[in-house]
Amino acid sequence: MSMIVTTDLSRTYNPDTIPVHALRGVTLTIGSGEFTAIVGPSGSGKTTLLNLIGGLDTPSGGRVLVGGTDMSRLSGNALIDFRKNHIGFVFQSYNLIPVLTAYENAEFVMLLQGRPEKERRERVRALLAAVGLEAHMDRRPSQLSGGQQQRVAVARALAPRPDFILADEPTANLDSHSAENLLDMMARLNGEEGTTFLFSTHDQRVIDRARRVITLVDGEVAEDVRR
Amino acid sequence: MNRSLVLAWRNIWRNKRRTLISAASVAFAVLFSVSVSSLQKGGWDRMLDNVVRFYFGYAQVHAAGYSEEQTIDRSMAMDADRMREWEGALGGRQVVPRLESFALASTGPATVGVLLSGIDPEREDAFTGLAARVVKGAYLQPDEQGLLVSAGIATDLGVGVGDTVILLSQGYQSATADGKYAVTGIVSFGSPDLNKLMVFLPLAEAQYFFGAEGRATSFVLDLEGQDEVPGALAAMRGLLDPEVHEVLGWEELIPDLVQARAFDEAGSVIVLIILYLIIAFGLFGTVLMMTKEREYEFGVLIAIGMRRGQLTGILWAEVLFLSLMGALAGMAMALPVVAWFQVNPIVFTGEMADVYEKFGVEPVMPTVVDARIFLVQGATIFLLAAAMAVYPWLRIRSLSPVTAMRH
Repeated sequence: MSMIVTTDLSRTYNPDTIPVHALRGVTLTIGSGEFTAIVGPSGSGKTTLLNLIGGLDTPSGGRVLVGGTDMSRLSGNALIDFRKNHIGFVFQSYNLIPVLTAYENAEFVMLLQGRPEKERRERVRALLAAVGLEAHMDRRPSQLSGGQQQRVAVARALAPRPDFILADEPTANLDSHSAENLLDMMARLNGEEGTTFLFSTHDQRVIDRARRVITLVDGEVAEDVRR
Repeated sequence: MNRSLVLAWRNIWRNKRRTLISAASVAFAVLFSVSVSSLQKGGWDRMLDNVVRFYFGYAQVHAAGYSEEQTIDRSMAMDADRMREWEGALGGRQVVPRLESFALASTGPATVGVLLSGIDPEREDAFTGLAARVVKGAYLQPDEQGLLVSAGIATDLGVGVGDTVILLSQGYQSATADGKYAVTGIVSFGSPDLNKLMVFLPLAEAQYFFGAEGRATSFVLDLEGQDEVPGALAAMRGLLDPEVHEVLGWEELIPDLVQARAFDEAGSVIVLIILYLIIAFGLFGTVLMMTKEREYEFGVLIAIGMRRGQLTGILWAEVLFLSLMGALAGMAMALPVVAWFQVNPIVFTGEMADVYEKFGVEPVMPTVVDARIFLVQGATIFLLAAAMAVYPWLRIRSLSPVTAMRH
C-alpha cells in the first residue's frame, strides 16, 4: 500500500532573483512499513524532499500525497494537525524541549492530540523502556547524552503512532556506539510497530541498514535500489 | 496544572537573571505607583473628610438658587415639623440647620472677613464634633450670646476667650446687621481654610443678628459616608419641590475641591503612564529576546504539531507570569509601607508646613490602604502583558518552520 506519493515534485528557491533548483521533478512512491534512506551529496535536495513530504515547505511544482491526502490542499491549522496526527519527526539536533523531562518530551505530541492520560502514560513508558531510557525518564535533555536525547526524540516521534517517521540525518551528531544503538532500536520498532521510516542521511551505517536506498543528485532521483 | 502553563512557567526560569531583573523592574514600578497613589488618595481623602465631614456634610438642602447666589435673602423658613419629616425620610439621619453669611469681624485695630455660621449647638456637635475642637474656653450653649471663633481668626484679630468682637454684616432683606459678642471659645480645625474663616453663633442669636428669625440658609444631612449619598439625595428630591428647594451632594457643594482633586490626579496619572511606558519598554526588550532566541524551537514545535495559537498562548502566559510575579512582589512590598504611613502619617513642620497651609492644605500626608489602588496596578500590568504578547503573536503567525530551523 502506498504511504507517500510524490509526483513531479519540484522546489525552486529565489525564483525571481537567482533561482536555485533544489528539487527537479521527483516522482516517488514510498510504501507502508518501508525503512528507506534518501542519500546524496550535500545540496542534492534530501532535506528539501523531506520538508516537502512533511508539509513543512511548499512545492514550486508537482504534489505530495500522504495516505491519499494532497498536502498542497492543506494550510494553517489543518496542515499542523495533519502533521501532528500522521507524521513523526526526528531531527539531526534532537530538538527536545529543554524545560521538559524525557517523559514529558516523549508525551508532548500525544498531549497536543488530546489523548487520555492513561493512554499517554502507558504508551510513553513502553516506548521509553523500548529505547532503554526508563531509568532516565525524569531527566531533562541537558542531563542526557546526545544518543539518549536522540532516543527520546524517536520516542516522541513514535508516541502518537504516526503513519510514518521522517528522520533528517538522525545519526549525524552521534558517536558510532550511540548511532548503532539508535539504528537497532529504530529497526526493531519498524519491525514491531510497522512504522514507516524515511531517512535522509550521509551515514553509511544507516545506508547499510536501509531496505531501500534512494539517491538524489542535483535534485533528481539518480538511483532507487531495493534490497 | 495545564501542561502549557507548566511549560510557560519553566520557560521563564531558563534565564533566571533576566527574569528576576524584569520582574524587579515591574515590582519597583508597582511599589512606586501604589505608594504614590495611596499617598495622594490619603491626602485628598483627609482633606475632603475635613471639609465635608467636618463642615459641608455629604449633602445639603437649600432654598432653590442658593448655591448660585449664596445670600441670606435666599434663606428658607425653618419648621421643626418639616425637619422631623425629612429625618423620617432619611431613615432617622439628623438634619442640621445653619444660617450662614459673610460678615466683618473687628476688634477695632484689626478687622477680618469671616463666614458667620449660626448653628444649633447640639445638632452641630453631634454632626461635626465641634465641641471637641474647642481648644480654649467653652463650647456654645443654645441660649447664650457667646461667639465661637476659629483659631486663625482669633490670631488675626488678636483675641482670646472673654474678649469682645464686633460683627458687621448685611442682614435679611438688606437690613443692617451688627452686634458685639464676647468670645466664649476658640476652635481649631484640621483644614487651614476653615481655621481662617469660621465664626459661630448659636442659631437663635444668629437669626436675631441677621434679622432672619425662624430662617436658615442650609440644612446639612448628617450622613455616615459617601455610600449613603445617592439614597439620601433620591429620598429628599422625592420629597421636595425642585422649584422651591435644591438638594445637593458633596461634589456639587464643593466643586472647586473636586476639580482640584481631579486635576491633581490627572497629573499623577500622566507621571504613572510615563513610568509604565518605561517599564513597558524594558519588558518589551525581554519579550523580544525571549522570542528571537527561541525561533528555532518555535519552528520545531510547529513542525511536530503545535498550533501557532497554542504557541502564542504559551508566550503570552510567560509574559503574564513574569509581569504578575513582579506586580505581586511590588504589591507585597507596598502594603506594609502604605499601611505604616496610614497609621503614622507624614507630618510636615516648619516652612514646608507653612507652604501647605498657604494653599489651604493641612500639612499632614497620610496614605490609605485601598484595594482599588492595588487592583488598578494589577489590571495595568495585565494590560501591559497583553500588549507585549502582540509581538510574539506577530512573529509566530508568520514563522516558517523551515526558515526557523535553518538558523
